[in-house]
Amino acid sequence: MLALKTLHDRFGYEITESSFRDNRRYTVPCGKVYHVLEFLWGECGFDMLADLTAVDYLEYPGATDRFGVVYVLVNTTTGQRLIVKTHLNPPESELPSVYPLWRSADWMEREVFDMFGITFAGHPDLRRILSPDEFTAHPLRKDYPLKGRGERHNFPVITRAES
Amino acid sequence: MAVGLPENVFLTKLDAAASWARANSLWPMPFATACCGIELMATAASRHDLARFGAEVMRFSPRQCDLLIVAGRVVMKMLPVLQRIWLQMPEPKWCISMGACACTGGVFDTYAVVQGIDRFIPVDMYVPGCPPRPEQLLAAVIEMQNKVKRTGTVYGREFAERTNPTGPPPFDRDELRRLREASAIEGLEVYTPPKVSAEL
Amino acid sequence: MPLTLADTLPTDANEREYLWTLNFGPQHPATHTTLRIVLTLDGEKVIDALPHIGYLHSGFEKLGEHLDFNQYVTIVDRMNYISPVANEIAWHHAVEKLLGIELTPRCKYLRTIFAELMRLHDHLLNVGTAALDLGAFTAFLYGFQQRENIYDLVEYASGQRFHASYTRVGGVLFDVNNAWVDRVRKFVKSMPATIQEIDKLLTRNRIFIDRTKGIGVLTKEDAINYGATGPIARASGVVRDLRKDEPYLAYNELDFKVICAEGGDCYARFLVRMHEMAESLKIIEQALENIPEGPVNIDAVSDMVLPAKPAVYRSIEGLIQHFEVLMPNRGYEVPCEELYAATEAPNGELGFYLVADGKHRAYRARTRPPSYIHFALFPHMIRGYQLSDVVAVLGSINIIAAELDR
Ligand code: SF4
Repeated sequence: MLALKTLHDRFGYEITESSFRDNRRYTVPCGKVYHVLEFLWGECGFDMLADLTAVDYLEYPGATDRFGVVYVLVNTTTGQRLIVKTHLNPPESELPSVYPLWRSADWMEREVFDMFGITFAGHPDLRRILSPDEFTAHPLRKDYPLKGRGERHNFPVITRAES
Repeated sequence: MAVGLPENVFLTKLDAAASWARANSLWPMPFATACCGIELMATAASRHDLARFGAEVMRFSPRQCDLLIVAGRVVMKMLPVLQRIWLQMPEPKWCISMGACACTGGVFDTYAVVQGIDRFIPVDMYVPGCPPRPEQLLAAVIEMQNKVKRTGTVYGREFAERTNPTGPPPFDRDELRRLREASAIEGLEVYTPPKVSAEL
Repeated sequence: MPLTLADTLPTDANEREYLWTLNFGPQHPATHTTLRIVLTLDGEKVIDALPHIGYLHSGFEKLGEHLDFNQYVTIVDRMNYISPVANEIAWHHAVEKLLGIELTPRCKYLRTIFAELMRLHDHLLNVGTAALDLGAFTAFLYGFQQRENIYDLVEYASGQRFHASYTRVGGVLFDVNNAWVDRVRKFVKSMPATIQEIDKLLTRNRIFIDRTKGIGVLTKEDAINYGATGPIARASGVVRDLRKDEPYLAYNELDFKVICAEGGDCYARFLVRMHEMAESLKIIEQALENIPEGPVNIDAVSDMVLPAKPAVYRSIEGLIQHFEVLMPNRGYEVPCEELYAATEAPNGELGFYLVADGKHRAYRARTRPPSYIHFALFPHMIRGYQLSDVVAVLGSINIIAAELDR
């Protein structure tokens, strides 16, 4: 069991711990997230990245930061789970990529980039993955409307006589 | 009647003969994108057996088919592909839009899903349901055969007049209003899809 | 041994000139639904594969932010559409964890039975189509025969044969009756024969073995590092099954084995699926024997579940309760919290990262789709093999496009 103190000793006191039901979370400042994750990967045996996602806190009551990026780690030997969270605010929207640690981060980072516009430095191939390449918006941001901005109607029409 | 006809000769119109042949050997092109595709599979599989109606020859190349069955939702990224497949199919050709999603967008009234393929390609038959039961699809195929028999002509003259899209116009009034609201938030740069053609 | 691009790409510039590119999909029968792969080939040998996805991206997660916890179940249904109820169970598992609801014993058993029926549902189709893509049509038809029976069971319980929308927060839509239980019993009795038939058709079939054995090998380390879960990870020797590791529903009271294999090739994945079906049958049998009597929904006074329909129509209390639950600012309290909760879906770990802001709908409903993560593995698994192995590998990793793209 990893104690918060170990992390404090290594990475300073900005790291906070919280928990909810059976989830344990560390909130890490975004400058240090790569080092913390590398430490967890290398020395604490968290060898699987189960999930990597982001949340847009634009309309969240009482939120101070715009984006939160969440890493769900699993230690496959002990079955332990750990959530590492970091916050980002718009002018800076870049995080270091964790692709060197977990290969599964590849597509998940691309998806976060596609849906939220957060870029990952050091990612080998950061392109849009779910929306078309020429797409201009980031659909899961809260200021993007559910029904889109008319992209879904912007196609040529083929009628019977032409085809 | 001066000329007697032998028993094994019968008279008909060329149009009717061609339509009869076409109707009873529809070759579907299964454009299965989502859950409805599994029901399409179920229709072709053991219990429901589409082969009983002469439409089991699923060909996966559009150039060999004359019935496009669009089963499942079609999204922004897929629509150009669908249009291209439609253009690649040889005449005469028909299209069944299977499931709520293909007909109207269904439960997915979101930014990515095309709200009914009939806005962008011609559709002959709609099958409602989410997903339609296999029996419903069978009924649609039978109805399609009737339609082909009723209206078909050798040279496909019946298609020539249909110059309007089958569906509602791409932008209805609500949509336009929403668009205007959305563009008020930020400069609107709407994504323009690539051009489609039948050529490779 | 899995290869990287550095191993397969010829170093000689002259040889590179001979490489050619093949586009596979997005409309191709072996993709089952929609995905596209651009293959770089050296003759028949696959040098590299570049998947393109998003051909079915329909905004599930955005929709999840606009529908309440009960409504969204109709949408998650449509995610992994060959095992719909498994998604519902995963979604409501997350919601119930968020709200801190403890289900009634009967509901736990009922959901367990459904989860395992869905595992059969998925594996039957997957085994069938994996063989279909390799040219063996019969197993697919045998599998579909039984799938139709599962459809019937689902239809009997919920009223819809495909997208059941069966679970609700704190319970299920309708309780089942004894007739349903008998039907499931009958189904469970008939199932081993089907498994045996498929087994006879494929397991020792020379062609099938030649086409799958040693193809698409995934090592244990890679499986973990790439985040593989479910049958795919277990076929590579990763002993990990959330039903055992983080027991939910009634799994800790039932006796079953976690099926693992070594080898990590397509054949091992096929075998794992076949044996998992047998284990699922065991689980269903036990659950049917032990299913407790009692209410299926949690206490109706708690403002969480809708009261039964007769109560709504015939009594004022029922009606008031109905409105209490449905009104946006009444009903149960939702904590301003976020959590990750996962279940073992047929395809792997199906998790939800749920952010709640005190309203009755999710602020963010992120899905961790197993297919997405498995498909990212594909280039890694196919490099160095032949063109004809592409469909074998695709079939064995069981990609569901709607889950892949959401
Ligand atoms: S109509 Fe329903 S079943 Fe068919 S594709 Fe749409 S959501 Fe799926």
